[in-house]
Amino acid sequence: MNTESTTQPVIEARQLDLTFQTNDGPIHALKDVNLTIDKGEFVSFIGPSGCGKTTFLRCIAALETPTGGTLTVNGMTPDEARRNRAYGYVFQAAGLYPWRTIAKNIKLPLEIMGYSAAEQEERVSKVLELVDLAGFEGKFPWQLSGGMQQRASIARALAFDADILLMDEPFGALDEIVRDHLNEQLLALWARTEKTIGFVTHSIPEAVYLSTKIVVMSPRPGRITDVIDSPLPKERPLDIRDTPEFIEVAHRVRDGLRAGHSYDS
Amino acid sequence: MKQVFAVLTVVAVIALIWYAACVPMNIKGVLSELERGGAEVQPPTASARRDLGEFGLVTNNTFAIPAAWEQKKPRLPSPHQVVIELWETTVEKNITSKRSLIYHGWVTLSATMLGFVIGTGLGILLAVGIVHSRVMDLSVMPWAIVSQTIPIIALAPMIIVVLYSVGVQGIIPKAIISAYLSFFPVVVGMVKGLRSPDAMQLDLLRTYSASRSQGFWKLRLPASMPYLFTSLKIGIAASLVGAIVGELPTGAVAGLGARLLAGSYYGQTVQIWSALFAAAILAACLVGLLGVIERMVLKRMGMAQ
Repeated sequence: MNTESTTQPVIEARQLDLTFQTNDGPIHALKDVNLTIDKGEFVSFIGPSGCGKTTFLRCIAALETPTGGTLTVNGMTPDEARRNRAYGYVFQAAGLYPWRTIAKNIKLPLEIMGYSAAEQEERVSKVLELVDLAGFEGKFPWQLSGGMQQRASIARALAFDADILLMDEPFGALDEIVRDHLNEQLLALWARTEKTIGFVTHSIPEAVYLSTKIVVMSPRPGRITDVIDSPLPKERPLDIRDTPEFIEVAHRVRDGLRAGHSYDS
Repeated sequence: MKQVFAVLTVVAVIALIWYAACVPMNIKGVLSELERGGAEVQPPTASARRDLGEFGLVTNNTFAIPAAWEQKKPRLPSPHQVVIELWETTVEKNITSKRSLIYHGWVTLSATMLGFVIGTGLGILLAVGIVHSRVMDLSVMPWAIVSQTIPIIALAPMIIVVLYSVGVQGIIPKAIISAYLSFFPVVVGMVKGLRSPDAMQLDLLRTYSASRSQGFWKLRLPASMPYLFTSLKIGIAASLVGAIVGELPTGAVAGLGARLLAGSYYGQTVQIWSALFAAAILAACLVGLLGVIERMVLKRMGMAQ
């Protein structure tokens, strides 16, 4: 491995544009998006609905195709990156198959990707331990709480050990207490696995608490209004949210959101 | 216990209405028979009785009411007559006898099962095609719907005649008619079931670069199971109707349809009603059996809680 490939950004977007053609005319979902994400970063995308944060994440996952600009993932096109299993994707809903046990749900991507039965077993127990669900292999999804289901879906995304974890408001449907707990666990998991994480949220405290980099976006057209590199240390207990540094970053995010939003209507 | 009580109450009410209905339905025939037997009936002449109307006859001849429940060839047989006939033609008859309802039921059941298997297989295949091919979606579905708008009673004789002319007879034509009726609910239910996974589920598989066949076997097919069983229950009842209808135009000598036909030729209303009840009981058993299989399969799959 040469030095160039180690300094290469994991995700790089240049002048990215995406226009949806709808019956009500074109919608400019992303306009002129420039962003570089390096290896091991935890990047949050925050903004009001319609700002293109989810769309951008879907572009990285090759679930949407940009209409302009360039986007590379691990130096490849998003399509190639997907075929190379560059990322795991966590959706808003856990979306576990009700007819599969938790272990079988986590095996789903492994079966599709053709892992051997022995390796499947090994990986399932490893990721279940990572998300603190060891012992729940044989349970069906309906036997688990919402927070546990979402953890299982994170385990599923981690199962094939992709370098990148893309998460689209994964805790949006959960209550505050469960959410705090999962945020804490997610940070621990990130520290252990050293993955690059893209995380969409509309909660300012969540974004500030989790991220090394916060991307503030605004709608019509969807664009980036501010990129904040967090000065917070990597070690983050929950009560870091009461420190002046935390409040200052949160303040800057809020300012960015306000600046991007036109209140003249 | 409460449930049993509710069911029994409903049955009792139906039996009561039925017994009550037998009296005016049968009174004319009863009075004619009684008159022939030498009894005094009011009014005495047949033409006067015709003018009086059923309810007038009943109020004038209340003594004749019990006889209305015991006629040999009543217009409407009473419940116990049907029950006795059912008992005699099932339990007390040797099952090889041509008068055994078990024998006739088996003839119809075998055609029903064959037709159901053909119809279900065809329905599932068509549904898979419709879900995976836009051309099939646009071309097959309208025809499937049109096929069900043709009354089966009009179509059945033609199917039998056409097949007979190419040398196919016996169980096959009946099975084809019952397949014709049973494939449709399976197509509709399976199409809905195979399309039931939402956009997020499909996106998830795309993130794994899953192939279409992986998507089918791992997501669409298991997701369609509850829908499949619902359509199977409708399909098997339709299959039985198809098999019975298939027996009518051929003048078949065996099968529940043949029993209905023979009963109507000879005015054997008790035989007609007992054949109808046998068909209803058979349908209920088949649907019930599918319900049991459904519970077992879904439980095994972890989808029943």
